[in-house]
Amino acid sequence: AADIISTVEFNHSGELLATGDKGGRVVIFQQEQENKTQSHSRGEYNVYSTFQSHEPEFDYLKSLEIEEKINKIRWLPQKNAAQFLLSTNDKTIKLWKISERDKRPEGYNLKEEDGRYRDPTTVTTLRVPVFRPMDLMVEASPRRIFANAHTYHINSISINSDYETYLSADDLRINLWHLEITDRSFNIVDIKPANMEELTEVITAAEFHPNSCNTFVYSSSKGTIRLCDMRASALCDRHSKLFEEPEDPSNRSFFSEIISSISDVKFSHSGRYMMTRDYLSVKIWDLNMENRPVETYQVHEYLRSKLCSLYENDCIFDKFECCWNGSDSIVMTGSYNNFFRMFDRNTKRDITLEASRENNKPRTVLKPRKVCASGKRKKDEISVDSLDFNKKILHTAWHPKENIIAVATTNNLYIFQDKMN
Amino acid sequence: QEKETITPERAEEAKLKAKYPNLGQKPGGSDFLMKRLQKGQKYFDSGDYNMAKAKMKNKQLPSAGPDKNLVTGDHIPTPQDLPQRKSSLVTSKLAG
Repeated sequence: AADIISTVEFNHSGELLATGDKGGRVVIFQQEQENKTQSHSRGEYNVYSTFQSHEPEFDYLKSLEIEEKINKIRWLPQKNAAQFLLSTNDKTIKLWKISERDKRPEGYNLKEEDGRYRDPTTVTTLRVPVFRPMDLMVEASPRRIFANAHTYHINSISINSDYETYLSADDLRINLWHLEITDRSFNIVDIKPANMEELTEVITAAEFHPNSCNTFVYSSSKGTIRLCDMRASALCDRHSKLFEEPEDPSNRSFFSEIISSISDVKFSHSGRYMMTRDYLSVKIWDLNMENRPVETYQVHEYLRSKLCSLYENDCIFDKFECCWNGSDSIVMTGSYNNFFRMFDRNTKRDITLEASRENNKPRTVLKPRKVCASGKRKKDEISVDSLDFNKKILHTAWHPKENIIAVATTNNLYIFQDKMN
Repeated sequence: QEKETITPERAEEAKLKAKYPNLGQKPGGSDFLMKRLQKGQKYFDSGDYNMAKAKMKNKQLPSAGPDKNLVTGDHIPTPQDLPQRKSSLVTSKLAG
């Protein structure tokens, strides 16, 4: 159970892919250098570094366990030879430095090669130590620990486009940090009511705008997204924009609010749009239009007539993520039965694919899947009742430049690329 | 005409209410959210927590079992007083 993948993220170049798991570990994969002669395939991803990011802790005040599960990983843009990423569990964010060592000093005068000190009286000549190549070693070390700033559970971290600050969001508050400063953070959103009995909504996700360093958004369990401008005030409790699709009151049911809860929000690379994921759909919003999304894609509408059992088995509370491709023309999200869906915003075509070893041979093109909602099931279709709701794809990521995707099933990571000619 | 068509969502709601008649009116209300804020396993105290963690780590080791026959300190034990020797984890190739 410890290797249940809980987050997947490509770095800015796409060369590295990080995964976090329930056991608090981070595994980083690196793409092989492209083989110039084998132009028909891009480099494979191999394990580059593995380290234990977080350990379980005990909250003495509340007598609650603090899980070591990694909720999110976000990469910093590369500034030098080392790579940096932020990883967070429910309470603590850590800045990790991942660096390579491929040479070591040899030929010390006072030390043997194994590190033991030489008797100085036996040293008769002096030599200059030199660096000699060694097998590549990748080391991960924690550089900053940002702790004790969140009473509730952290759901998001997002690095600002200024590359100096970042935000962390929990159920009720959002904090702004400076990457160099660990003993202080600024609270920029606080939706905790004075009387907790009046609590009606929680923060579900937050993200900085990719280009405007003063702008961020946060989504709620009631299906709203608020855009805030940090120039307006120190505490951004009043939003600059409120994005909400009006609800049809005649369609309201017990489930309406639960399925409208937004589980993920992601800006497009261009910064002009943002995408939200709720239980049944993916919506694209134009930042200039608050009253409704510009595009809506149904992920698995056939589940609407299964909401009762999905509520009973808690699946209705599953938090699916979503992602954009590099050119913002395709969006992707996961579903059940190890299915994941892609929507082409230009052609309006969509596809359902499956991440499973039994049903797909390596290096073969994935076969599109189809779920039969009702009525006569065609050959090769899967009926709703035979979907496996334990096989959920919550985390997916798209390479920033290429058509390479990473899809996480419960314990496995799949990397797919599009067919090259 | 179809004034009575029930949306699939409403039909599911009716199913749920039939199963759980006492279900609260506001699902997104305070109780539900409070439970969400409180996620995580509650322990009695840190000692309880550390014991639970230790128990998980020791799951592979054979459990000691209740020491019903503990006689040390009371009198000099005889062979009959001592607990049975537990069988080896690795059986000798010479046996059987």
